[in-house]
Amino acid sequence: MSSFWSLWIWVFTLPVLVLCLVLILWNLKNYVGVPEDETTDHEVDGLKELNNPLPKWWTYMFFATLIWSIFYLAAYPGLGNYKGFLGWSSSNQGIKSLEESRQATQLALAEGRRVQLDLENIKADEVYGPVFQQFAQREVLDLAYDTEALKIGQRLYLQNCALCHGSDARGQRGFPNLTDNDWLYGGTPDKIKETLLYGRKAAMPGWEAALGDQGIKEMTAYVLQLSGRAVNEKDAEAGKAKFGMCAACHGADGRGSIAHNLPFGAPNLTDNIWLYGGSSAAIEETLRNGRYGVMPAFKQTLGEDKVHLLTAYVYRLANPEDLR
Amino acid sequence: MQKNHHEKVEKSVGLLGILTIVAISFGTLVQITPLMFMEETTQPIDGLKPYTALQMEGRDIFIREGCTNCHSQMIRPFRAEVERYGHYSVAGESVWEHPFLWGSKRTGPDLARVGERYSDDWHYAHLMDPRSVVPQSNMPAYPWLDTNVLDGKYTARKLEVFRRFGVPYTDEDIAGAAAAVQGKTEMEALIAYLQSLGTALK
Repeated sequence: MSSFWSLWIWVFTLPVLVLCLVLILWNLKNYVGVPEDETTDHEVDGLKELNNPLPKWWTYMFFATLIWSIFYLAAYPGLGNYKGFLGWSSSNQGIKSLEESRQATQLALAEGRRVQLDLENIKADEVYGPVFQQFAQREVLDLAYDTEALKIGQRLYLQNCALCHGSDARGQRGFPNLTDNDWLYGGTPDKIKETLLYGRKAAMPGWEAALGDQGIKEMTAYVLQLSGRAVNEKDAEAGKAKFGMCAACHGADGRGSIAHNLPFGAPNLTDNIWLYGGSSAAIEETLRNGRYGVMPAFKQTLGEDKVHLLTAYVYRLANPEDLR
Repeated sequence: MQKNHHEKVEKSVGLLGILTIVAISFGTLVQITPLMFMEETTQPIDGLKPYTALQMEGRDIFIREGCTNCHSQMIRPFRAEVERYGHYSVAGESVWEHPFLWGSKRTGPDLARVGERYSDDWHYAHLMDPRSVVPQSNMPAYPWLDTNVLDGKYTARKLEVFRRFGVPYTDEDIAGAAAAVQGKTEMEALIAYLQSLGTALK
């Protein structure tokens, strides 16, 4: 705030307080010439107006608020750029980026100013920080079978993941089931953690233009056949001949990118697990329009320590038995 | 008998009105006027982008469907809120909002930083039928958004009006506004808007 506006606030605030004081003192005097509690001779329909003084309790409260306002303006940031003798504020205002926000926090700490939110965060870090740090130092595989770690992981899961993957983690159309140990980007602790921290963006292109109606029908048949479903053999045969264009991501055998150590997240087409539905209509839709699944990144939202615990929880969902 | 000055005010409605306005003006002068000129409240934060034409249409659908009745867009600087929603809202994020949609009612969660938090597919499923993704939700479904197609009739005008408010739209932005929303559904516009929220400070 510029010094002009700071001064502006002083100039309007303090005289008003004086004005309030003058006003109450003025109103406490009896100017009408009628003794208190006696009638002013105003009478309407038998109702007489008395000259009552301001109630005592109300008057005292008025003075109390005046005294409080002076204390408040001295102690807290209320008068323009004056920060108050307590050095208290609710948060760091006027920041233009996350970096500036972090710097403001550091600066306030260095200057010994008390920023409420920062203090709350510091206190929380003191209480919970060691807990998370202790877990962060342990291996995901170890935490996945630790009751305490799983409890925290479950809370984090329900708050952040259940919206898409479901409270039972069995997913739904378009959002993968996390309990079936079928992975698009890998189910090792490292891969799960990578997915959680940085998110994933899948891109299955649409093939309507390239394949045409007949081609889509044939390819649908072949894709269903890969998973061992009964289909029109002739269609499937024709689809197989064109599968080369799919093989770049799904592999020539259709077992998906994981089986071939590729980073595309292309699903295994031979396991009869379908992210967008396994009916021929759903597969046709996928082939025509493509699919663009997105897993959001949680590094900013949760931080690495919490993601570490969440990784353990997600790993355990898919690996209920301790096979170490 | 001494003169009763107060009687003058009591017996003249006009004078009472004027003095009342003077009295409450002090609050306005002190609390509101400086905000109109302060750097913190008039300059955008780093990386703030004006709404695209599609996002702008989405914003109007957000207003039309009354989303603000249940969703605020204002993260207060409390640890509980910052943990859940992200960095607290700052004034520099709202300088191009006319009007701002901070809201004060939270039947649903705050949306100030919902951008990029969920996928487009999730928003689609959620707006078509909230119970399909959040079984406990009491949010209404908005399936008509998926069938209503934008006509783009006022899109360029909206951008022009916002430019007059000081939002840095270029002539190309305004010229291409109608084309940018051509054939898009209201659903796409709303999702584009939601995905933009709060991303400049994330």
